[in-house]
Amino acid sequence: MIRFLVTSSIRRRLVFQLSIMAALLSIVFFVAVRSVAEQAAADTQDNILAASATSIADALYSERGQVRVELPYSALSMLGTISEDRVFYRIVADGETVTGYDDLAVPKADQGQRAALFVTEQYRGEEVRVVSIARAVSNGVRAADVRIVIAQTRRGLAQISSQITTNAMAVAIGFFLMATALSLLAAQSAVAPVKKLAESVTRRGPKDLRPVISKTPGELVPLVDALNNFMMRLRASLTRSEEFIAEAAHRVRTPLATVRTQAEVVHRQMEKPENRKALREMIRAVDESSRSAGQLLDHAMVTFRTDQLEQDEINLATLADETCDRLQPTAELKDIEIVRTFSKEPATIFGDRILMQNAVRNILDNAIKYSPAESVITVRVENSSDQAVLSVIDQGRGFGDADLGKLTSRFSRGSNVDDIVGSGLGLTIADEVMQAHGGQLHIEPNKEGVGACVMLIFDRSL
Amino acid sequence: MRFLLVEDNLQLAKALKERFALEGHVVDHAEDLSDAMTSTSTVAYDLILLDIMLPDGDGRSFLKTHRGKAERTPVIVLTARSEVSDRVGLLDLGADDYITKPFDFAELEARCRAVLRRQGGSVNNAREFADLVFDPTTGSLKVSGEERGLRNRELRLLEVFFGSPGQIFSKTYLMDRLFSFDEDVSENAIEVYVGRLRKKLEGSQARIETVRGLGYRMIQQS
Amino acid sequence: MRNANIRSLFVGILLLLGLGSISYAFEIEEQKRYSGANAQQSLSILSTADIAVFEPIILAFQRANPTININYVTSGSTEVMKAIYKEQAQFDLVISSAMDLQTKLANDGFALDYSSEATNALPDWARWRNQVFGFTQEPAVMVISEASFEGLEVPRTRQELIETLRENPERFSGRVGTYDVRTSGLGYLFATQDSRNTESFWRLTEVMGRLDAQLYCCSGGMISDVASGKLALAYNVLGSYAASQIEGRDGLRIVPLDDFVGVMMRTAIIPVGANNPDAAGRFIDFLVRLGQHPELSESTGLPSIVDQPLPAGTVMRPIRLGPGLLVFLDQLRRETFVRSWASSIEQ
Repeated sequence: MIRFLVTSSIRRRLVFQLSIMAALLSIVFFVAVRSVAEQAAADTQDNILAASATSIADALYSERGQVRVELPYSALSMLGTISEDRVFYRIVADGETVTGYDDLAVPKADQGQRAALFVTEQYRGEEVRVVSIARAVSNGVRAADVRIVIAQTRRGLAQISSQITTNAMAVAIGFFLMATALSLLAAQSAVAPVKKLAESVTRRGPKDLRPVISKTPGELVPLVDALNNFMMRLRASLTRSEEFIAEAAHRVRTPLATVRTQAEVVHRQMEKPENRKALREMIRAVDESSRSAGQLLDHAMVTFRTDQLEQDEINLATLADETCDRLQPTAELKDIEIVRTFSKEPATIFGDRILMQNAVRNILDNAIKYSPAESVITVRVENSSDQAVLSVIDQGRGFGDADLGKLTSRFSRGSNVDDIVGSGLGLTIADEVMQAHGGQLHIEPNKEGVGACVMLIFDRSL
Repeated sequence: MRFLLVEDNLQLAKALKERFALEGHVVDHAEDLSDAMTSTSTVAYDLILLDIMLPDGDGRSFLKTHRGKAERTPVIVLTARSEVSDRVGLLDLGADDYITKPFDFAELEARCRAVLRRQGGSVNNAREFADLVFDPTTGSLKVSGEERGLRNRELRLLEVFFGSPGQIFSKTYLMDRLFSFDEDVSENAIEVYVGRLRKKLEGSQARIETVRGLGYRMIQQS
Repeated sequence: MRNANIRSLFVGILLLLGLGSISYAFEIEEQKRYSGANAQQSLSILSTADIAVFEPIILAFQRANPTININYVTSGSTEVMKAIYKEQAQFDLVISSAMDLQTKLANDGFALDYSSEATNALPDWARWRNQVFGFTQEPAVMVISEASFEGLEVPRTRQELIETLRENPERFSGRVGTYDVRTSGLGYLFATQDSRNTESFWRLTEVMGRLDAQLYCCSGGMISDVASGKLALAYNVLGSYAASQIEGRDGLRIVPLDDFVGVMMRTAIIPVGANNPDAAGRFIDFLVRLGQHPELSESTGLPSIVDQPLPAGTVMRPIRLGPGLLVFLDQLRRETFVRSWASSIEQ
């Protein structure tokens, strides 16, 4: 039970506790109503019995030294007004039965007691309520001690009692049900702010670390404070991580940029081919290392972001278009033509815009790098009911007979690209981004001749 | 053309200045943001090259102020930071393009050209030689008023010759200008592009002349 | 009377032949056995209602329940009381016009509980404790011979009756009939209820006593004597009997007295010790549904229980079932009442 209380929801606990209280109250209510009503019914019977006995007492008279009585009609008929109970009576004077049922016992009463005496006993196989009153009737010589005893069975009382029990039970059950329903409502409304808070936090995007400012009841303030505090620290920590990556990139790249530029300047001043060759190799090495460093850092950033993926609405065609624009100058340097073939209807997917841009840029960048001058690269976006596909098709050397599966693993490159600067991370990054989005990176030889076709496939069924 | 280079790395700045001078561009150098502010308020530049990590602040704030003043001068950001995090923010702030350090000068040049070309014909860069009218920014070449389409490498080759008509350029020099360092091409490749350029200039008074053992030059036919 | 005698003789013969297997300690008037078509059980009924009156009901019941043999025994109401109360006689059903005695049987524990759809449909005032079930409503009326009232206004109230009798002693002397309350249970019931209802009861009794009233045990004899001209009027006769006996005879008239009309119910109980209470219950169901057989009401003259006001223009005083009826059965009260009545009627 205690375990149940600790682990179950606040709402269930509230409902449970309130229901128990309602049940207890219902029982108390039931018992109270029943006992009060039964007492009232019993009192009613006693009152009528007393009235009946009194009216008989008033009809006592003495005749020739004998105590006699003319039983008033109303004395017994009044007993029949509230129930159909059997009635017995006995009138005793000085121990001698005057009239009535002479086997009806006379309750023992203190001498001189005038008030009505009530007892409950068995008579003729049934429980009866008995009233007894005493009267002194003078027979001229002395006063005879007369006892009037009236008994009535309690069937009517039992009937009233069972009726009251039924009614009280119905009311108690009704009360319990109503109280339980109300406690459900109360629990609901008590828990509502917690739910609202949870919903407002759940609805947030992964990058939304603003403090919670929605109004909450006083009891929840510590929780909200703790939550806000935690989010503040998380945000600081996230910012530090991002800053660190950005700062690291800056630290590595800036000196490389200087070296490269100076090498370029020197290269131009060199006349001897062997010197020029040496410088060119140096520049290439610089490019290689800066690209590696850049992609490593990009990769770190991608990994970091995939942990908290945002869900933007992205039109693949727009994304491809922007990336093509961006890389157009690079392609033009080699007189490479980028042909864009986009489906008419928007190919909408949901994902992290920055990561998707990065993936597409890496693939297109690769394609430009590995394509010969004056070739054509086709960027195609296709949209169907079950998938959206972005493909980049080049006329380069393709990936030869390299294991296409391994191409996407870190630092792997095609076997025939030794002379082209670039780490193997480009495809790795794209592949990881795709996996984070539930899509897949697919590489196949260009069907229309030489080259490769890299496809980003998003299944809509997922 | 007149560029403003905002860059705190003096060696890099010096190298870039020299390199742009070769293309016939004048480059003013600003070492920090306040310097850059002063320069932009006095001189109208055709293009700004902006580093974003500067000693007295973030280049992005300059970009913001710059765009806030409704300045149309295009800005290319030079960044050494991670691409992933910076890219979108930079373009959103109004940069026309960006390039990650270290970069191939040819690529930077190509991007400058692309940005200027996108800027449209606001600046007339057209130069004339003999019966040629050549605008390196738009890549347009007219022979006696007749438009001749140029491919990128032909354009860049022509730009070299237009920079100093009559001057002889060695094959090595031309190769440096045309090809990037990761392309391994023989000197013969340059002959192919010279041949193509000559075709484009057919019927013109200007022509590319081979100077044996030395290289090529552009001259006006008599 | 003659018919009854013949029947008694017939019963006697049956007894002699050994066909009547039971003999009773109390005094019986008539007995008749009705064999069912394919009888498997029997129902013995002790009743105050004459066979002549009740036979159509018994036969109708037996048509509906052919498996039940019925043994029908009649006796006076006091004897019926004695049979059950004192002798514990073996009967399955007791039918009596003496509501007070039936009530006392039930009150003192001599009746079994019974309830069915039919009895539950009875109005509350027509049953008591699910033990006493009323099945007829019969007014007490006055029957007169029109010839005797020739030239006189027929009295409409007890007061008028007293005046008429006082003013014409020669005409009514010895020619007024009423129940002997000492021997007739029903007579005692009507008399005691009259005494409760009107002040004029004792004066009427005294006037009748002065006119040398004739005392009868039963309604039947009184009505016959009115018919024969021996009596000029019979007071407190059962209206049902009167109606059936007057039919076809001229010169007789039923006069309800408008100051009030006492109405009694014929009741049935199942006594403790009944051998076949189930069959008794079925008979009770049949009786309380008498209203569904108008032809039986017609032939017996027994008006069924109707839960609606009695005919307008008359003041009906139905006798209520309940412990009030026990009052006049109190031995002292009865003693006092009978003494007063006797001293008034026998002058």
